[in-house]
Amino acid sequence: MEKYSFPKILYHALRGHKHWQPAWRSPLPKKSYDVVVIGGGGHGLATAYYLAKKHGVTNVAVLERGWIGGGNSGRNTQVTRSNYFYPESAAFFEHSLKLYESMSRDLNINVMFSQRGVLNLAHSDHDMEMLARWTNAIQLNGIDSEILTPQQIKEMEPLIDINARFPVAGGFIQRRGGISRHDAVNWGYARAADALGVDIIQNCTVTGFNISHGTVTGVQTSLGDISGEKVHITVAGHTSVLAKMAGFRLPLTSMALQAMVSEPIKPVLNLVTVSGAIHMYVSQSDRGEIVLGAGADVYNSYAQRGSYDNVESCVAAFLTLYPRFSRLKLMRQWAGIVDISPDTSPIMGRTPVQNLYINCGWGTGGYKAIPASGDTMADTIVNDRPHALIKPFSLERFESGALVDESAAAGVAH
Amino acid sequence: MFRISCPFCGERDENEFVCGGQAHIARPEPAEQVSERDWAEYLFFRDNPKGLHFERWQHRYGCRQWFNIVRHTVSHEILAVYRLDEAPPDVDREEAV
Ligand SMILES: Cc1cc2nc3c(=O)[nH]c(=O)nc-3n(C[C@H](O)[C@H](O)[C@H](O)COP(=O)(O)OP(=O)(O)OC[C@H]3O[C@@H](n4cnc5c(N)ncnc54)[C@H](O)[C@@H]3O)c2cc1C
Ligand SMILES: [Zn+2]
Repeated sequence: MEKYSFPKILYHALRGHKHWQPAWRSPLPKKSYDVVVIGGGGHGLATAYYLAKKHGVTNVAVLERGWIGGGNSGRNTQVTRSNYFYPESAAFFEHSLKLYESMSRDLNINVMFSQRGVLNLAHSDHDMEMLARWTNAIQLNGIDSEILTPQQIKEMEPLIDINARFPVAGGFIQRRGGISRHDAVNWGYARAADALGVDIIQNCTVTGFNISHGTVTGVQTSLGDISGEKVHITVAGHTSVLAKMAGFRLPLTSMALQAMVSEPIKPVLNLVTVSGAIHMYVSQSDRGEIVLGAGADVYNSYAQRGSYDNVESCVAAFLTLYPRFSRLKLMRQWAGIVDISPDTSPIMGRTPVQNLYINCGWGTGGYKAIPASGDTMADTIVNDRPHALIKPFSLERFESGALVDESAAAGVAH
Repeated sequence: MFRISCPFCGERDENEFVCGGQAHIARPEPAEQVSERDWAEYLFFRDNPKGLHFERWQHRYGCRQWFNIVRHTVSHEILAVYRLDEAPPDVDREEAV
């Protein structure tokens, strides 16, 4: 792997940037691997990286039907935070946030993790009470969270109209939350995994599984059969489709979730700001675009495009709080297919098929989970038992009833 | 964005309706003999197909009646609309990858 550094940039600049090595190889698939990872999103790539890095399992393939990061991992609004309600979630997402804090160094790529703070707004006394309860829970989980008055909010983010149609009654902030550059995270894991020997195979669609006596032995793909000692499904919105090929069902609904960006402008927003009540969240990327997250179309969809009334309600909500942006033009709008579970918590671990693992149910909030998910799934696959941090997120919880119902706490905030 | 023909009111915009998820899920009986596994299937596990989906909708901002439709989850094409007391129509259920 060609290390990225300031002297390297200088060296290549003097040679017209014509001699950079590709960040990863594009090999043809081998006949067999120790682990076959299906899906080249952040979760699949991070799992492959940790398999090689922490467990020495380097005979690994990542099979991606399109291009890596072409799914939700390159379509999200990049918000990272660990202010969840339940201890199980807090422990997991805090582990992930810590890994984000060291990611640029660990992967030798600038992921531009900017811990600018994630602010949640309240618009009524009742809202404020719920946020106080949430803040208390977060603090009991040992995670930073601070209540703010409307005046403090106005000082931190002057463009918010705190006397809007739904006036700002207060809020709370996790200062260590923030955003990073999703492409760099995907490419960073791909490049680091490739350097350790992982084969990243793009334009390779998995179309079926080879299963004998209840144990998976490999996959059928558009590039032929590939055998795998162990097989891991990390395909987000398409998980039910893959599960069906392997002969089981999952508690998932696939829906289209949208986001959009404005034309780039000078830096004007300081924070990631979320309002559950009026359903909007916004931040400004380092490229200057105002990034808006919309709601999901609440019905099954694999269309990877969302409905226009969702765009309209998202923009309308945003403008009630930031009227100053009313002349700003939207530049792009898109959707990703997210896999929503009944308690909006992830589903990770073993499946009814031996040696076949899943990592799904991330729904609208799995970008922030990429490093911890890769770390814990790699451990789970190698040892064929759930890592301690993901035990509460197994498929069995839908039978036992031990749901981790984060829907209230996760809300619109992703 | 698509339009749905309510069997009672006629064709209206999608956002007058809410989706009630997969149709034709039978509650297992008798309750005291149903296993945890079967309750989980009934409550949480769904087909979630990439292809034709038999689903319930309610005309929430209209007549408030419930009914079923058959919709393709990629094209959103609606192949059939039928009342709750009607049997599901016979359609080719082939699915995509
Ligand atoms: C608009 C939007 C905004 C979001 N905002 C946030 C946010 O602010 N913060 C946050 O934490 N999360 C957010 N999320 C959620 C987050 O993006 C996802 O949870 C996360 O990226 C999932 O990563 P993944 O690797 O599991 O899936 P993906 O990145 O979707 O990767 C799955 C891959 O599997 C591939 N695949 C599918 N079928 C096959 C097959 N048969 N064979 C081979 N490959 C296949 C796909 O092509 C895809 O590349 C958002 C999502 C969306 C859509
Ligand atoms: Zn009607």
